[in-house]
Amino acid sequence: MTIIRANGLTFTYSGQLRPAIEEVHLSIEEGEFVLIAGPSGCGKTTLCRCLNGLIPHFYEGELKGDIFVTGLNVKDHSIRELARYVGMVFQNPENQLFALSVEKDVAFGLENLGLPRSEMMELIEWAMKAVGVYELRDKAPYELSGGQKQRVAIACVLAMKPKVLVLDEPTSSLDPFGARQVLEVVRKLNEELNMTVVLVEHRLDLAVKYATRAIVMNDGRIVLDGDPRDVLSSKEAISIGIDVPKVVKLYRALQEVGLTLSEVPIAAEEMVQLLQEVLKR
Amino acid sequence: MIEAKGVYFRYPNGVEALRDATIRIDDGELVAIMGPNGAGKTTLVKHFNGLLKPTKGEVFVDGVNTKEVSIASLARKVGYVFQNPDHQLFCESVEEEVAFALRNFGFDEAEVERRVTWVLEFFELTPYKRKSPFTLSVGERKRVTIASIIAWNPKVIILDEPTLGQDYFQKEKLRDFILRLRKRGGTVVLVTHDVEFVSELKPRIVLMADGRVMADGPAESILTDRAILKEASIFPPQIAQVFLELVNVGLPKGVINVEDAKGALLRLLRSMRS
Amino acid sequence: MSFLDVLEGLRFKKASSPIHKLDPRVKFALALSLSTLALAFKELLALIALFTAHVPLILLGGVIRQWARMMKGASLFAFFIFLTNFLFIHFHPGYAALSPTFVLPISMALRFLTIVGAFSCFFLTTSPDDLGLALERHLVPFTKWLIERVPRLKGAIDPYGLCFAFIASVRFIPTMVEEATSIVDAQRARGLELDRGGLLKRIRGYVPILIPMVINALRRSDELAEAMESRAWGAVKERTSLYELRLKKGDAIVMALTALAFAIAVYVRISIPIPL
Ligand SMILES: Nc1ncnc2c1ncn2[C@@H]1O[C@H](COP(=O)(O)OP(=O)(O)OP(=O)(O)O)[C@@H](O)[C@H]1O
Ligand SMILES: Nc1ncnc2c1ncn2[C@@H]1O[C@H](COP(=O)(O)OP(=O)(O)OP(=O)(O)O)[C@@H](O)[C@H]1O
Ligand SMILES: [Mg+2]
Ligand SMILES: [Mg+2]
Repeated sequence: MTIIRANGLTFTYSGQLRPAIEEVHLSIEEGEFVLIAGPSGCGKTTLCRCLNGLIPHFYEGELKGDIFVTGLNVKDHSIRELARYVGMVFQNPENQLFALSVEKDVAFGLENLGLPRSEMMELIEWAMKAVGVYELRDKAPYELSGGQKQRVAIACVLAMKPKVLVLDEPTSSLDPFGARQVLEVVRKLNEELNMTVVLVEHRLDLAVKYATRAIVMNDGRIVLDGDPRDVLSSKEAISIGIDVPKVVKLYRALQEVGLTLSEVPIAAEEMVQLLQEVLKR
Repeated sequence: MIEAKGVYFRYPNGVEALRDATIRIDDGELVAIMGPNGAGKTTLVKHFNGLLKPTKGEVFVDGVNTKEVSIASLARKVGYVFQNPDHQLFCESVEEEVAFALRNFGFDEAEVERRVTWVLEFFELTPYKRKSPFTLSVGERKRVTIASIIAWNPKVIILDEPTLGQDYFQKEKLRDFILRLRKRGGTVVLVTHDVEFVSELKPRIVLMADGRVMADGPAESILTDRAILKEASIFPPQIAQVFLELVNVGLPKGVINVEDAKGALLRLLRSMRS
Repeated sequence: MSFLDVLEGLRFKKASSPIHKLDPRVKFALALSLSTLALAFKELLALIALFTAHVPLILLGGVIRQWARMMKGASLFAFFIFLTNFLFIHFHPGYAALSPTFVLPISMALRFLTIVGAFSCFFLTTSPDDLGLALERHLVPFTKWLIERVPRLKGAIDPYGLCFAFIASVRFIPTMVEEATSIVDAQRARGLELDRGGLLKRIRGYVPILIPMVINALRRSDELAEAMESRAWGAVKERTSLYELRLKKGDAIVMALTALAFAIAVYVRISIPIPL
């Protein structure tokens, strides 16, 4: 089932001359794990904002084309309606937690939906356990590490049982360990609950192995779209300035001097196998 | 030269951020301080220009105890670029922003202008000179903050998380600037989580955890030591991960970046052939 | 002793004590009764009794250290109150006839300390979360009641928004303190000296600190608004709440005792003269 569909989506922030995204055509199936990459300012965040209605309902500007999420036309539905279908996790872990305990924060969205207490309790417990922050339920936000905060932020939107999870550079301020824990949680939600994931990341080495599809944007447009392996190993990805994993770079460097490995690796383990093949010969 | 000896530091709220941290940085060195969130990296480098004074222990900059001199006089020697550019930008134009510190340090107007022109050129910011810093992208804002500090030519420059939120080209540029600063004889201290960025520069690495320095040595040996890295919540750079698995088939240890990896592989293949 | 230290004396820390477990409304009634009585009496004996009355609460709540800190901060003001009263009486001999010169000034200082102590105890043992709940529980019906009477106010007051603003401001105090420290440090690292030069120069010195603070605060409020909207803020008219305040047996007993003590004190005030 197609869960996100964009047709000729173009958005210009009010007061700007150039559109931030332009002629975006996109169709994402339920259960996909889509990784979005691209240089700074290419419109990744803008695209994410279109997925839960922040554009056009929160940010002013001119929106052309259409976008449908879970069959709803984003233009015709408010952010608060869309919140039940699309969960959004932002870059700064600090500014998306407002309550004085993890539990109350996770409850926030459900309280807004007017759910009765008993129902809320169940959802909150489930969401906190799913992302591994159940033990932290009584902690205040300033008692948490960056990685824990980001996982709490995921629990907050997860409790509303969305169909799509959108994460805009969720790991950028985290240490590698915290980053991996966050991404592992996302992978688990994608695999076990078949949740559709749209993940924007600069750090591709960690993220790429979880993705089923990669999209590269440049100058407001989608320029590459497909299997992560093909996308990241394409010449274009490097020339646009995507921080492709180092093993892909090594693959290319070896290719330049005449040593072509049988496949493009995207993770360290794959590179180990490929090199073992070569060195055994 | 910067020397921290058995430094303890406790914040007013009771958090003990440094516990017996000891480190020595010589002139002209390139050092990367790494470690998990909350390890005390920022707290430690804030001691280098006197912003924080040890609760116990001592810090010396060029032999002078930081407790005995003003922050302003230390800041002349030790420039510190903060993690978040939005904590320092406040002027109407990039040009003014860069001139701010120069005026504080009492340079005369002709000298201020000369330095501003030079540093904007050095950091490829000349086209933005009259723009408001707030309209720039995160990467550009970060570059303005670095420029505003390089402008007075401190002996030591500390960069706190310089790669945060930057894309590949911006990082390449930053790396290039760091190398150029080093060529001019500057001491550069990086605080960062970005192992891949560090692996290209191959600096001396200082690992911190729980307010202590837990390892200190060249990048090639620290970044390939899984046990130590694990304690500091860091993963080896991807290339090191590959090479560590392949030592048994004759590849050398201590390879952490693409350039070196390519060289090492070709050498091995050549020797196998002959 | 800085202003921040005194604030520390009001900062709630999680703990479980009989006092922490009391309903916030009961604790508020207690603090309010003590303060009202402190204002009603000016006799030293009565004020000593009132001051000592709130000490058991501090002990039971296990917040002596922070309370003492607060008191230390307040003692300066208390001394000031003592001094002005003392001088006033001393130079206006007519008043001296009312009581010995020292007694009234001490009473006045003690009155101040009792009020500060009672409310400090309230804030130290009441989590802002509970406070928010109490606020929501009463503010919502109150606005409804108000709007029924003054229809013009419809849409002008958003009780949920007010409660949210309260909780969020408490939640962000540590973040903002850290941010402010970092901003001051960042400018001092660029040679800004706040404690040098004439008045004008010093005032100007705060510009590089205030501008980033304002800009960061604006950005934060934008990001918060974005995150709140994305989590369905305002989706239904009547928000529900994960926790609800409910008066328990203990609360009822404390409430009854407070009322009784208050009634007795009022009776004493009206019909029994206190010697000192
Ligand atoms: N609120 C806004 N108002 C006006 N212009 C904006 C706004 N947000 C973004 N833009 C502009 O839109 C363009 C795309 O920005 P966007 O934030 O979507 O990029 P991005 O790919 O997310 O970049 P980054 O990797 O730096 O986060 C940029 O030119 C940016 O300056
Ligand atoms: N201004 C402050 N007031 C109180 N505690 C602080 C302050 N700044 C930092 N801390 C605490 O001190 C400890 C060390 O913090 P520090 O910022 O030095 O860590 P770091 O290694 O730089 O981490 P990060 O990678 O997250 O930047 C942490 O527990 C932190 O919460
Ligand atoms: Mg973005
Ligand atoms: Mg830091």
